[in-house]
Amino acid sequence: MKKATAIVLATIVAALSLAAGAATAPAQTTSLTIYSGREERLVKPIMDRFTRETGIELKVRYAGSTSLATALVEEGRNSPADVYWSQEPGTLGLVAARGLLARLPQATVGKVPTRFSTRSRRWVGTSGRSRVLVYNTNELQKSELPASVWGLTSSRWKGKIGIAPTNASFHAFLGATIHLYGEARVRAWLRGLEANDVSFYPNNTTVVQAVGRGDIEVGLVNHYYLYNLLADTPNLPVKNYWFRDGDPGNLVLAAGAGVVSATQKSAPAQRFVDFLLSKWAQRFIARGPGAAEYPLVKGVPRRPGLPALSSIKGPKYTLGRLSADLAPAVQLMLEEGFIK
Amino acid sequence: MTSGAAAAVSSYGRRAPRLLVGAAGLVALGAVLPLAYLALRALSADDNARALTPVSITVELAWDTAILALGVVGATLVVGVPLAWLVVRTDLPGRRIWGLAASLPLVIPSFAAALALLGAFAPRGLVQEALEPIGVDRLPEVTGYWGALVALTLSTYPYVYLLTASGLRSVDPTAEEAARSLGAGRFRVFAAVTLPSLRPSIAAASLLVALYVLSDFGVVSLMGYSTLTTGIYVRYESLLALESAAILALVLVALALAIVLVASRWRLRGAIYRSTPGAGRSAQVVRLGRWRWPAFAFCTAVVGLFLVLPVGVLAWWAVSADPISGREGVDWSAALNSTSMATASALVVAVIVLPAALLAWRYPSPLARWLERTTLLPSALPGIAVALALVFVGARIGAPVYQGLGLLLAAYVIRFMPYGLASTRASLDTVNPRLEEAARSLGRRPLGALSAVVLPLARSGILAGAALVFLSTIKELPATLLLKPIGFETLATEIWKGTAIGAYSEVAPSALLLIVIAAPLVYLLSWRNAWELGAAD
Repeated sequence: MKKATAIVLATIVAALSLAAGAATAPAQTTSLTIYSGREERLVKPIMDRFTRETGIELKVRYAGSTSLATALVEEGRNSPADVYWSQEPGTLGLVAARGLLARLPQATVGKVPTRFSTRSRRWVGTSGRSRVLVYNTNELQKSELPASVWGLTSSRWKGKIGIAPTNASFHAFLGATIHLYGEARVRAWLRGLEANDVSFYPNNTTVVQAVGRGDIEVGLVNHYYLYNLLADTPNLPVKNYWFRDGDPGNLVLAAGAGVVSATQKSAPAQRFVDFLLSKWAQRFIARGPGAAEYPLVKGVPRRPGLPALSSIKGPKYTLGRLSADLAPAVQLMLEEGFIK
Repeated sequence: MTSGAAAAVSSYGRRAPRLLVGAAGLVALGAVLPLAYLALRALSADDNARALTPVSITVELAWDTAILALGVVGATLVVGVPLAWLVVRTDLPGRRIWGLAASLPLVIPSFAAALALLGAFAPRGLVQEALEPIGVDRLPEVTGYWGALVALTLSTYPYVYLLTASGLRSVDPTAEEAARSLGAGRFRVFAAVTLPSLRPSIAAASLLVALYVLSDFGVVSLMGYSTLTTGIYVRYESLLALESAAILALVLVALALAIVLVASRWRLRGAIYRSTPGAGRSAQVVRLGRWRWPAFAFCTAVVGLFLVLPVGVLAWWAVSADPISGREGVDWSAALNSTSMATASALVVAVIVLPAALLAWRYPSPLARWLERTTLLPSALPGIAVALALVFVGARIGAPVYQGLGLLLAAYVIRFMPYGLASTRASLDTVNPRLEEAARSLGRRPLGALSAVVLPLARSGILAGAALVFLSTIKELPATLLLKPIGFETLATEIWKGTAIGAYSEVAPSALLLIVIAAPLVYLLSWRNAWELGAAD
């Protein structure tokens, strides 16, 4: 039995190693391993173009930004990754705080406005996304919407609000708001939402869909989910709404990239990050199929129909603070029963 | 029996061969790996990590998880056991087709099933829209506990159906006939003879269902129901809080262990073995008579809700969506990759669980029992936790092991071993150990007795287990994403690419493709069933 088992196992292992050999490309002179939390469909052309321009082969692992981040933490110094590209500034901050990202050159970080990087230069924003209130255009006029995110605790909105309490961008918004206004005020706001029977959804997409169906009238999400859904259902009765200038509900977040500190290939890795900030890549990120995020490099046009990034007046907040501000936000949500 | 023969038998019976213990131990070691990793992480928890897992919340999550598991087990038994009996034992019209249709939901990824149910029953969803003309303007909401219960029942009742059907086929009909000839009515026979002989199968299936519910993330997160698994994800995702996630994961393991203990207690009370080796005789076909049409209606309702509805919704999305992104058509290399990995994992599991199963069946001892139980535990863990354990170990070994196919296969095997083990064990439990002893006393060597007597009798359970492993592997996502070699795509990762963007129209075709590709195996399974049924006709 044991011999038979050994033979079967050996055969399988041999077959698998052959398959592995066939599955991976032949070794190149230079290659980079990218951990990408950005979806393949949205960024593959960028990867291909980088290889064409530089001759550097890219091996890209696509997965969720946070599961890649947990993998980076567990891999530590043994990580095969050279670059980490994430959807979430908070996740980038947490990875950087564990010393897993190398310092980027000032020239790289200087390509984007300072609020989209950190003082320690561990990561740089590659696109901007804004928090918004989505509303159902059949049920509401723009003029009926609250001037500030704080206004959602008014009884006018009882039973009409949706949020995605497990969503990282919502946590970032709460963390920034706690930093700016203090925990007590945010706690009171969460209790106000609770008193208004706020509905919980698993993610931003389902919030926008629920607003579209009219299950709820308004929802707190990021601005680009609407455009993803409009591609499928062009007559969805939903619009984005920004609160008054400086309101925490208008917080602008970023997706971003950093060089993994364990890399042996920091020069080509930095070159890749620079490429993400090239005009061509920025234009693709902003206007490629299904894309609706803001380019961060000057002179690259945004998707038609979006208000200018400079016209969105968010709160004064540096995204580099997020790694410290997320924990109080999550703690508060646990205490108030928004997550378990 | 002479005293000499008795002595010979007991000498075969007492001591487990060291090789067998060693092999079972090695396999259990694989299962210990993720548990050890989690313990390591949990032990390094500081005050911040503990603040994220206050006792009150942990207890609440454990309770919510337990009542969901209990509810789903109950629902799958109510659906799966009668269905199996009707298909295997009665003259139900079209039972081969029912047999296939009852197994098919196994190939629907459970999050796709949940999406479809939500799409169908949402306040202004497809079903309500369809019923609008007859004045239905609101349906009961299918979210939270009940939504999760329905979606998970859909995904897991085929375990109960398949294992019960395989159990029914290996139950010895002579015991039932004896009961009948002693004057017991049909119901009495079912309750007093058939059901007790099915105990091992039903216990094994309930265990698999419960472990599946414990590990599920896709359904409960979509339905907005919090369990230990969603708690684990929240902690990974929001703060990379590996330590507090590990604490919750260990609570999940403790819960799983409790379930394993209950199931093994229940399994063997009053075992009824089949009397003859070999193919045995087939049971008499029960004539349903006037119960024919109610039985038919029951099957229609189950298949309608759990197969036709979700597949119909997916198909509706697939055809009604605008072809915006220009789908690249069928990805044959991903299909091939999925099929080969699933086949490999099914084969490996079928072989490596044998030592533990044989040990527990033939040489029951505390050690054997604990080896078996340990091997079952990792399947209660969410995929990401098992994946991170292998990331932790793999990265320290480095290339070419790390992110190679071997390590990915190891992840599949560790995650899905319990399906093979529970199913193999269930069919072994209906084999009387005395048969093996008899073969041995007649001069068969251990391997000879195993291959000539034991394995043929346990065949249907071993095959059912391999099929379950195949179907679970082909749907696996979290470990695949982190551990696959870069560029190695599977059908599940292709589906993920669609869901990551949140467009149903993207999910639907890939999910349907997965169903189409996995369906032949399910068909083969039920074809085999049909073949065995053919002998009964």
